Amino acid sequence: MTTPIVRVEGITKTFGDTVKALDSVSLEFQPGIIYGLLGPNGAGKTTLIRVLTTLLRPDSGRAEVAGVDVLADPKAARTKIGLAGQFAAVDDYLTGRENVEMVGRLYGLSIAESKQRADDVLERIRLQDAADRQVKTYSGGMQRRLDLAASLVGRPEVLFLDEPTTGIDPRSRIDIWELISDLVDGGTTVLLTTQYLDEADQLADRIAVIDEGRLISEGTSDDLKDTLGGSVIELSVPEDRQAETIDALRAICGTEPLIHELTNEITVPAVEGAKTLTEVVRTLDAASITPNDIALHKPSLDDVFLTLTGRPAESEETEEPSTNGQRGRRRRRKQ
Amino acid sequence: MTATTAPTKPGRVAATLPRTIRDIIVIIKRNLLRNLRLPQLIVLSTIQPIMFLLLFTYVFGGAIGGTLPDAAAGEYVNWLIPGLLVQTAAFGAGQTAFGLTEDLAKGVIDRFRSLPMARSAVLAGRTFSDLIRNGFVITLMLVVGFIIGFRYQTSFAGLIGGLALAMVFSFAFSWIMATIGLFVKNPEAVQAATFIPVFPLVFASSVFVPTQTMPSWLRAFADNQPVTVTVDALRGLILGEGALLPGSTVLGQASLSLFYSGLILAVFVPLSIRLYRRSVN
Ligand SMILES: Nc1ncnc2c1ncn2[C@@H]1O[C@H](COP(=O)(O)OP(=O)(O)OP(=O)(O)O)[C@@H](O)[C@H]1O
Ligand SMILES: [Mg+2]
Repeated sequence: MTTPIVRVEGITKTFGDTVKALDSVSLEFQPGIIYGLLGPNGAGKTTLIRVLTTLLRPDSGRAEVAGVDVLADPKAARTKIGLAGQFAAVDDYLTGRENVEMVGRLYGLSIAESKQRADDVLERIRLQDAADRQVKTYSGGMQRRLDLAASLVGRPEVLFLDEPTTGIDPRSRIDIWELISDLVDGGTTVLLTTQYLDEADQLADRIAVIDEGRLISEGTSDDLKDTLGGSVIELSVPEDRQAETIDALRAICGTEPLIHELTNEITVPAVEGAKTLTEVVRTLDAASITPNDIALHKPSLDDVFLTLTGRPAESEETEEPSTNGQRGRRRRRKQ
Repeated sequence: MTATTAPTKPGRVAATLPRTIRDIIVIIKRNLLRNLRLPQLIVLSTIQPIMFLLLFTYVFGGAIGGTLPDAAAGEYVNWLIPGLLVQTAAFGAGQTAFGLTEDLAKGVIDRFRSLPMARSAVLAGRTFSDLIRNGFVITLMLVVGFIIGFRYQTSFAGLIGGLALAMVFSFAFSWIMATIGLFVKNPEAVQAATFIPVFPLVFASSVFVPTQTMPSWLRAFADNQPVTVTVDALRGLILGEGALLPGSTVLGQASLSLFYSGLILAVFVPLSIRLYRRSVN
């Protein structure tokens, strides 16, 4: 077994007295893969990236990147890593090329070398046409790509990308996915964070799901889906029969069914697949409940997320924090 | 599984002096490019001290002219220029705080801190580029001064010596501002914060008027604080010893000014570097 390229052991970080951004997180993975850190807003993704990129000291725990103890020897760690933060850290009044060359120089490259690499990287990221324009004329997506280019110029062993595709249109998003895949084919290891399940599903070889600072699950996309026992039943019933249906499902499946707040759809793991489905249909029929809709399908990461966290994965919008709704608000149960 | 505890490669980049200097130059270049690409920035920051110069010369000149020492040769502008040079040095240093908070807010500092560059280069690059920028503003002011009648009364060497002293002071003040910037962190709030040390030092001083007419408690402060000491040193160098308070010498004031600048650097360089290391947004 090869040595893990990133190893995190019991990292805890508390902000102030109350906000536990990371709660004893441990994970490790092998070189040459894309590792996805999946979690909703405030899960602690950025905090973990900041610890691994030497920007933040955790309260406790150990972290190793490319064989270097990040906390004991941050200076050495910085020679091994590249970082593209959650918001593009580029200078608007410099040109794209100047931005990348500057970062190259700060990695310790000579002037000629940093020019050469800036050329390569800009071409790779398909910004060569805009390379000599000031960044203030770039679109948001171009700025993110430039930021990514800057993080590549030092040829890091491990690349940290914090939500590389947030706020980027679908086409550019696919461009970035391709670029990341190419990088990994070239031997770089990538740790990226995302709030998008499909992104983790498509891109990441392994996924860690974190929520409220805790690692709640880890594995390949398939591993995660398997935790739901193969397939799930998704159904909706008239609202006045929902409570009854839930009770029936709980009795059959042995787990608490989940209700999607917006669609009122009920999801429950079907341990024995079609057999479970048949049983559910029979039971509902006997109680003369007619579902509006019922289906058996392979779980999506969405279902995994729902099951693990008790709430659906956040999509674009987050509600204002003042509602302080917590989990209960999302689970509408009528009893 | 302890294989990963393999000794950290000694490939660590030591912050050697040549490397540090190189990184500082890269940062200076970056910061100066901003001034070149955004000329409004420097034009606007030059207008303010020049406005001060014109307003004070023509509004107060007549009233104050008579109370000035003979060394001013009867011209308020001669008296005012050395004061305004130091005032501009102090105000201009505020740019250091502003630039740093902007970089912090934009995440640029995060990027720098994740790179294997010399730790001191971001702050040193910032203070040096602000020094160059302030040198430019001060020179421009001097030119306008010449146009409206300012004449040095000693020698050209005296004038250059005075400018050099003002630049040293500006550089030292930049490090106070760096500390304030890293402490406040917020670009909107930082402007107000930089005024806190600048206003009392600049106005309770000999920049605009001789300190003799101030109440004695204020005078005790005004006569001995770094801005007055530096302004007096400049006046001595530019106008001659007659511009100084009885009992003080040009050499004495100049040495004291350098001592103050050194003291400021000794306190605020390490302090701001410590804050920089910890700065987390
Ligand atoms: N500097 C800080 N001071 C105080 N609290 C912080 C700080 N940084 C993060 N937090 C808190 O720590 C928690 C985790 O934040 P983090 O930024 O790591 O989340 P995230 O998973 O990256 O979220 P997002 O998807 O919104 O970027 C949040 O509750 C956040 O408010
Ligand atoms: Mg984040």
